[in-house]
Amino acid sequence: MRELLKYLNNYKKECVLAPLFKMLEAVFELIVPLVIAYMIDRGIKGSEPKTITVCFVILLLLGLCGLAVSVTAQYFAAKAATGFSKDLRHDLFSHILTFGFSEIDNTGTSKLITRCTSDVNILQNGVNMFLRLFLRSPFIVLGAMIMAFTIDAVSALVFVFVIILLGIAVTLIMRANIPMLKMAQTKLDGVLGLVRENLSGARVIRAFTLEEHQINDFHGANSELTGVQMRAGSISGLLNPLTYVMINIAIVILIKVGDVRTDAGIITTGQVVALYNYMSQILLELIKFANLIVTLNRSFASAIRVNEIFDTQPSMKNGSIQYESSDESNVPLIEFKDVSLKYHQNADEAISNITFSINRKETFGIIGGTGSGKTSVCSLIPRFYDATGGKVLINGRDVKEYDLTSLRKSVHTVMQKAVLFEGTIRENLKWGNEDASDDELMKAVENAVCSEVVSVKGGLDAGIEAGGKNLSGGQRQRLSIARALAGRADILIFDDSSSALDHLTDQKLRQNIANLPNDPAVIMIAQRTVSVQDCDRILVLEDGQMAGLGTHEELLETCPVYKEIYDSQNRVADEVE
Amino acid sequence: MAMDTSGFVPKGNLNADADALKKTGKRGTIKRIWVYLKSYRPKILLSLILAAVSVIYTLLVPIKIGEAIDMIGADPKSVYHELLLAVLFALIVGISQFAMNLLNNSVTYHTVKDMRNSAIEKIEYLPLSYIDSHPSGDIVSRIVADADQFADGLLMGFTQAFTGVMTIVGTLAIMLSMNVVITVVVVLVTPLSIFIARFISKHTYDMFRIQSTERGQQTGLIDEMIGNEKTVKAFSKEADVIKKFDEINERLAASSLKAIFFSSLTNPCTRFVNAVCYALVALTGAMFSISGKGSISGITVGTLTVFLSYANQYTKPFNEISSVISELQNALACAARVFELMDEETESDVDTAETLKNCEGNVDIKGVDFSYDKNKELIKDLNISAGSAQRVAIVGPTGCGKTTIINLLMRFYDVDAGTLCVDDKDIRNLTRKSLRSSYGMVLQDTWLKKGTIMDNLRLAKPDADKEEIIEAAKACHAHVFIRRMEKGYDTMIGEDGEGLSVGQKQLLCVTRVMLNIPPMLILDEATSSIDTRTEMKIQSAFYKLMQGRTCFIVAHRLSTIRNCDIILVMKDGKIIETGDHKTLLAAGGFYKKLYMAGVGNNEYAG
Repeated sequence: MRELLKYLNNYKKECVLAPLFKMLEAVFELIVPLVIAYMIDRGIKGSEPKTITVCFVILLLLGLCGLAVSVTAQYFAAKAATGFSKDLRHDLFSHILTFGFSEIDNTGTSKLITRCTSDVNILQNGVNMFLRLFLRSPFIVLGAMIMAFTIDAVSALVFVFVIILLGIAVTLIMRANIPMLKMAQTKLDGVLGLVRENLSGARVIRAFTLEEHQINDFHGANSELTGVQMRAGSISGLLNPLTYVMINIAIVILIKVGDVRTDAGIITTGQVVALYNYMSQILLELIKFANLIVTLNRSFASAIRVNEIFDTQPSMKNGSIQYESSDESNVPLIEFKDVSLKYHQNADEAISNITFSINRKETFGIIGGTGSGKTSVCSLIPRFYDATGGKVLINGRDVKEYDLTSLRKSVHTVMQKAVLFEGTIRENLKWGNEDASDDELMKAVENAVCSEVVSVKGGLDAGIEAGGKNLSGGQRQRLSIARALAGRADILIFDDSSSALDHLTDQKLRQNIANLPNDPAVIMIAQRTVSVQDCDRILVLEDGQMAGLGTHEELLETCPVYKEIYDSQNRVADEVE
Repeated sequence: MAMDTSGFVPKGNLNADADALKKTGKRGTIKRIWVYLKSYRPKILLSLILAAVSVIYTLLVPIKIGEAIDMIGADPKSVYHELLLAVLFALIVGISQFAMNLLNNSVTYHTVKDMRNSAIEKIEYLPLSYIDSHPSGDIVSRIVADADQFADGLLMGFTQAFTGVMTIVGTLAIMLSMNVVITVVVVLVTPLSIFIARFISKHTYDMFRIQSTERGQQTGLIDEMIGNEKTVKAFSKEADVIKKFDEINERLAASSLKAIFFSSLTNPCTRFVNAVCYALVALTGAMFSISGKGSISGITVGTLTVFLSYANQYTKPFNEISSVISELQNALACAARVFELMDEETESDVDTAETLKNCEGNVDIKGVDFSYDKNKELIKDLNISAGSAQRVAIVGPTGCGKTTIINLLMRFYDVDAGTLCVDDKDIRNLTRKSLRSSYGMVLQDTWLKKGTIMDNLRLAKPDADKEEIIEAAKACHAHVFIRRMEKGYDTMIGEDGEGLSVGQKQLLCVTRVMLNIPPMLILDEATSSIDTRTEMKIQSAFYKLMQGRTCFIVAHRLSTIRNCDIILVMKDGKIIETGDHKTLLAAGGFYKKLYMAGVGNNEYAG
C-alpha cells in the first residue's frame, strides 16, 4: 500500500481535511454526554427549566455542527478517493502499455484487465473509507476514554481495561478470520471454474457419459467451500455478541464503581450517566471499526496485486537511433546471426541457431508445422521479443539500437489473429499511417482486395464495433491487411494471414503486394507449400531449427522436410490429374 | 456474517431478474422457497426464537442499568442486584446472538450448497439446446452469484427484518409503559431519517447510473486495448490510446465524485435526525422530571437514561428495514432466476428404453427433418445408411449442416421428423447413456478439464494404468510433447487446456478416444489444427482407431476424406451427392468443384 500512497500526493489538502473534519464531528459527539450530565446534575437536580432549555439548544447546535463538518469531510474524502483512483488508473494503464510482448504473455491479459478495473475500484473504496473512519473511530474510542478521565480517573481505569481487552478480542478474531475469508474466496473461484467447465464441456462429458463423475467432483468442491464458509462465519459471528457482552460487563462495573464513588460524594449521578454514555459510544464505534478493517483488508490485497503489476518492468530497453530506409545493396536488409529465442527462462528454446538474411525487395517465405517457430522468427524483426541468443540486424544494425516507434513504423506485421478496434474504418486504417490521406487509404483498401467490404459497410466512415464484431473473419482479415499496407513500410510480414481468404482473393492479394510502388521486402509465413512456392527464397523450420533454405525447386531436391510437407499436401492432387 | 462476493462474481442482470420474477410471480417464488427450505425449518424457527430472546433481553439491559442508576447512593444492595441481572441479560443476549449467527450461517451456506448441487445436476442433464442457446455467463451467474445473493439476502434479510420489527415493537411497548409523551416525540421524529435516506437514494440513482455507464465504457476500452495490446504495440499507438483513456478517465472521476459524495450524505443526515431526536427526548424527559416530581407522570434520571439509549437504538432498525426490503426484493428476484434454471426440463429416457448392447454399428437415418430454429428450415428429408465398419465422410460448405448430423447421431438434439436407428432400433427407444457410450468422439472444439494431463486422458477409461495411457499417447504422437512439459503426465493444465496449443489439445483428445474405442466413431474436424506432417505420422493410429468401426468423419482435408467408403456431399441441409471418391469425381458434380478448388487452394474442401 505504501507505494501507492504517492497517488494521494495531489490530494494532500483533502487527505488532511477529511479526517480532520471527521475528528471535529467526533469532538461534537463526545461533548454530548457532558451536556446530558450537566442537564441532569444542574437542570433536573436543581429544577432549573432554563438550564434544561439551554442544554437542549446546545444539543441541537452540536448536531447541526456535526452535520456541517461531516458533510464537508465526506466531500473531501470522496474527492481524494476518486482523484486517487483516477491518477492510479492512468498510471497503471500507461504502465501496462509499456509492457513488451513477453510481459504480456507472462502476466496474462485477463489479470491485467482486472487490475485496472475491479482492483482499482476496491482501492478507491478503501481510501474513501479510510479517510472517513480510520481516524474517527480510534479518536472516539480514545476520546471517550480521555473524557472519562476528566470526569473521574478511577472510573476511567475501567475504560482503559475494556479498551485493551476489546482491542485484543477484535484483533484475534480478525486475524483468524481474514485468511479464512481469503480461502473461501479461492474455493468460490474454484466452484465458478467448475461450472464454466461443465458448460463448455457439455458435449464431451455426455459423449464419455461422465455426468455422474462430474457431479461428484462438483459436490466435493462445493462441500469444501461450504465447510470453509461455515468456519469463517462462526468466527466472524462471534465478533458482535462478544463485544456486546464485554461492553455491558464494563458498564456494570462502571456503575458499581460509580455507586461507591457517588456515595463518597466524589462524582454525581449525572457524571455516572455520562460515563455510561461514553461506554455505549465505544461499542458503536468498534463495530464500525471492525467493518472498516475488513474493507481495508480487501484493499490491501488489491494494493498488493496492483503493485505486482507496477513491479513488473518491461525487460526491453528502447534504442536511440531513428530507423531510416537505406538503399545500400552490400548490406542485407534483415540479417539473423545464430539467433535463439526462449520465452521463459526455464522453457526449451522456441527457435535455435537461426541464421539467414533477407535482401531489399525480396519475397521471402517461411514454412513449417505447428510449433516449428515461424511466428517466433518473425516476431524478432519488429522486436516484439528480444533474441536470447545471437543477433538480429536490420540495415546492418542490431534491432536493439533502434527507437522502437520508428522501427515498428517501418515493419508492419499482419498477425494471425486479425484485430480491429472500435471506431470507424478510417480510424482503424490510420493506425498504419497517421498522415495517410483518404486516397492513400483507399489505395491500401484496394490493394488488400477489400474495396467491396468498405463500400458495403458504407465507406471509410462506417463504424466498426469492438473486436470487429460486425465483420466476418475474412473481412476483418482483409481490413487488417489494408491497415498494414496503409503505411509505406520497408518490411511487411504476413503471418499465415490469408487463412480466412478464398483462393482467388488470396492470389489477387499476392499480386497486389508484389506490385506495391515502394517495393517492400515481404515475408510470408505459411503452413502450406502452395502459399510460398513463388517466393524468391523459402526458409524451412522444424522444431525451432532450420531445416532448409532455398527456392521451391531447390528445396524439393535437397530438403526432406520440405518435400514431406509438399507431399503430404499434394498427394491427393496428383491423383486428380 | 456472510461473505461479500460482490467484487469478484458477476451480479445477476437486473432486467433479467425482473423478468424471471415476473414469470414465476412473487407469491409463487416465496412458496417455492418455503418448500425448498423444508429441511431447515426447525433451524429457522429456532433462529427466530433466539432472535426474539436476544431482542427482548437487549431491551431489558438498559432498563436494569437505569434502575441501578436510580438506586445509586440510596440502596447499594439493589444496585448490586440490578447490575447482576444486567450482566445476566447481557450474557443471554450474547449467547443467543452467537447461536443465532451459527444457525443462520448453517442455513444460508447449506441452502446455497443445495442449490448449487441441484443446479449442477441439472446442467449435466439439460438438453444441449438449452446450453447452446443460453450464454454460459448467464448460467454461471445464476449458479454462483444469484444463489449467493438469494441465500444472503433472503435469510439474513429475513432475520434482520424480524429482529428489526421486534426491536421497534418492543421499544415502543416499553417506552409507552414509561412515558407516553416522550414516546410520541420519538415516534414522530425518527421516521424523518427514513424519508431523508429515501430522498437521497432516489436522487443519487441517476448519478450512479451515469457512473456505471462511464465505468462500462472505460472497462470496454481497457478490455479492448489490453486484450489486443500486441496490436497496439505493433503499431506504436500507445500514446493515442492513453489519450483516449484519459478522456474517459476524467469523466469517470467526475461522475464518481458526484455519486459517492451525494450518496455519502445519508449517514450524516440520519445522524443529524438522531441527534435532534436525542435532544428532544432529553428536553421532554428532563422537563417531565422536574414538573412531575411526586406525580405519576414524573420520571427519574434512570428512566431518562433508558429513554436516551432507546432513542439511539430505535432509529437503527428503521434504517435497516428500509435497506432490508430492497435486499429481500433482490433476493426474491435472484431466487426466481435460480428456480427458472431448475425448472428447465432435463433429458430423460422413455420408460421402455433399452440398453444398447453389443452394438454392431449399423446406422440408418430415414427421412429426417431437423432445424434449430423452427422457422428456418435446415435439414429436410435426410437419408443415410451406414453399415457396420463403414466410413462415412460428410463434406460441404460451412453451415450446410455437417455438425448438425453429429448432434443428431449423439442425440444431443432430437429429430423433428423421421427416424434415426442404430442396429435397427430407434435411438429414442435406447438409453442415452448406452447410445452415447457406443460412440467415440473427437471434436474440433477440444475440451479439457482443469487437472493433470493424466486426469484428462483417464476420463475415457478411469481404470486405465499408466503404461496403457503412455502407450496410447505414443501412438498419437502426444507423448513427445507431454514428455517435454514441466512435470510430464502430471503437469496441471488450466481451465479449458490453457497453456497448450490447439494442435496439442487435439492430439490429447485423439489419445483420449484411443484409450477406449467404442464401436462407432465421430470425428468432427478432429485433426484440423494438427499440421499435415504430424497428421501423416499418426495415420496408423487413426487407422487402428477406425478399423472395424462405423465412422462419421467431418473434415476439410481431402486426405482424410479420400479413403472413405461413402462420401456425402451436403449443401443447404440436403445431401446432394453420394458415392465414393472415384464415382463422385467421375460424376463431375458439386463434389468435383469442391475438390478441385481444394486442391488449388491449400486443399480445402469445405
